Amino acid sequence: MTVPEEWQRLHPLSPVVRGGRGTIAIGILLVPIALGGDKLSSAVPQMIVIAVLIGAGFVSWLVTRWRVEGDDLHIETGLLRRRSIRFPLSQVQAIDVIRPGLARMFRVAELRLRMAGSSGATARLAYLPEREVEPLRNRLLALARGARDDRPETEQPSEQQEERVLAQVDTWRLVVSILVSDVGVVAEAILVGFAIAAVLSPHAAAAIASGGAVWIISAVTVVWRRFNQLYRLRVAEGPEGLHLHGGLVALTTEVIRPGRVQAVRMVEPFLWRAVGWCRLEVDLAGRQRRKGEGEAARGQMRTLLPVGHRALALELVDLLVPDRPRDLSPPPRRAFWKSPLRYRNLAWARSDSAVATTSGRLRRISSWVPLEKVQSLRHVEGPLQRRLGLASIHVDTAGKAVHATLRDRDRAESTQALAELAELARAARRAQATA
Amino acid sequence: MDSVAPDRVEWRTPSSRLLRLRRLEVVVPALLAAVALAVIGAVSGTAAAFGVAAGAVLAGVLALPIVGRRYRSWGYAEREDDLLVRRGVLFARLTVVPYGRMQFIDVTAGPLERIFSLATVKLHTAAAATDARIPGLAQNEATRLRDRLAELGEAQAAGL
Repeated sequence: MTVPEEWQRLHPLSPVVRGGRGTIAIGILLVPIALGGDKLSSAVPQMIVIAVLIGAGFVSWLVTRWRVEGDDLHIETGLLRRRSIRFPLSQVQAIDVIRPGLARMFRVAELRLRMAGSSGATARLAYLPEREVEPLRNRLLALARGARDDRPETEQPSEQQEERVLAQVDTWRLVVSILVSDVGVVAEAILVGFAIAAVLSPHAAAAIASGGAVWIISAVTVVWRRFNQLYRLRVAEGPEGLHLHGGLVALTTEVIRPGRVQAVRMVEPFLWRAVGWCRLEVDLAGRQRRKGEGEAARGQMRTLLPVGHRALALELVDLLVPDRPRDLSPPPRRAFWKSPLRYRNLAWARSDSAVATTSGRLRRISSWVPLEKVQSLRHVEGPLQRRLGLASIHVDTAGKAVHATLRDRDRAESTQALAELAELARAARRAQATA
Repeated sequence: MDSVAPDRVEWRTPSSRLLRLRRLEVVVPALLAAVALAVIGAVSGTAAAFGVAAGAVLAGVLALPIVGRRYRSWGYAEREDDLLVRRGVLFARLTVVPYGRMQFIDVTAGPLERIFSLATVKLHTAAAATDARIPGLAQNEATRLRDRLAELGEAQAAGL
């Protein structure tokens, strides 16, 4: 334990950046005031609102402070209801650096510490000066690893060179992939339909535009968000694990620590399969968000490779799931009658440390789950399955998005697999606990 | 029913009071419906209402064996490292929850369950899909199971 260090404050411009769109709105509000200088009296209400907001922002900045205390990150905030939160650094799953567009303008960045545990708490330091973020993140990560805190801030920059880039997404390929993805196709359908309507009768188009504005905007937003997040996404292997860098307007940097991966999923959408593309996503612990966190809650999975060839994706899987099971075995032929659409995609295999399954109706979804991350196993036998002598085993993981299921296996095989998986998962947990 | 689990597993079942509760849950609404329909039939003088009333009674009676089978499908077994829970007639489910994966254990007792001094034990893991629930345990058995599971869970707790 070192002597508690000095309290530190966030960047003074933090409230401005955190206001985001609100700040822009205020800026717009100010424009007429600045232009119509002679009618100042009419602008008094707006001025009061702005003054109150600026005051509130200033106060929130004033009362928020943080410091590293031994192995904890201590954040204090709140004026009336003072909150003091300690985040044990040993529980840190990953530390992200997020730079929204406005933050980049002011050269600040947010540091987000994702903690383990089902509560999925997130420690946010928003915002810090850009140049302090990297050293602080490295220091926190070093602390999280249990390394001693001797402030090696000057030693760390070499880390950047240690990174080995594994994959980087081409922009053109990303564009094409989004255009032929599920949301992309829906968005295009909406836009094309609108364009046709506009050509045929401008009158109707105006009506559609007013009625369907929500749809058009939401489709465009989804596509834009995806593009913005995944633009020039780079996966690199660094000393702390896999590093992810990317983003167009909002830049993010994220570190995925090895051993924190709950599950890996490879999705091959129907339209992509012709060119052999796939998407690789990982599920990390502590990604569940609290209610009302909104936007962040959408990204349950972290995309490692937005679009790439199967071979490359499998290389990345090898890094995340060592001893990846190979030679997946298909279910018995009679499984066709139970799952006619899925039948061609169904298969599973296990190694001593992981289980792999594939499924999907139109798209093919391959999932890998390290056995030490298995939360529970469920053996289910439905009425139709009973008649066919089949059963399924669901491998439950901490995330919500990955459904690793050994679907429609022969009854004898499923019974044996359930016993084996339970035993192997137990052994894997033991091995992890002693390691 | 044939069990998916290894043969040497010793299954425990919910209290027989659960069967009584489940039967009442079927019989009482059926009888109430029948009586209400019969009253309507007597007041309005429509014969059809009596037919429907008889149908309600018949449905209640026919449901009883199903209730019995569903009750008998419930079972749980404490193994060395995990808890097994089986349930379901149409969809036969067997859930394996390692003690080390349990995050917390709920013991709840609804008003009807309380009348029969029963309780439901529910296990929660970090996975939302885990559906390990054992209804209709005698209250002292529920408490015992909860304490035992909590103890085992603590002893074997594994990090995410």
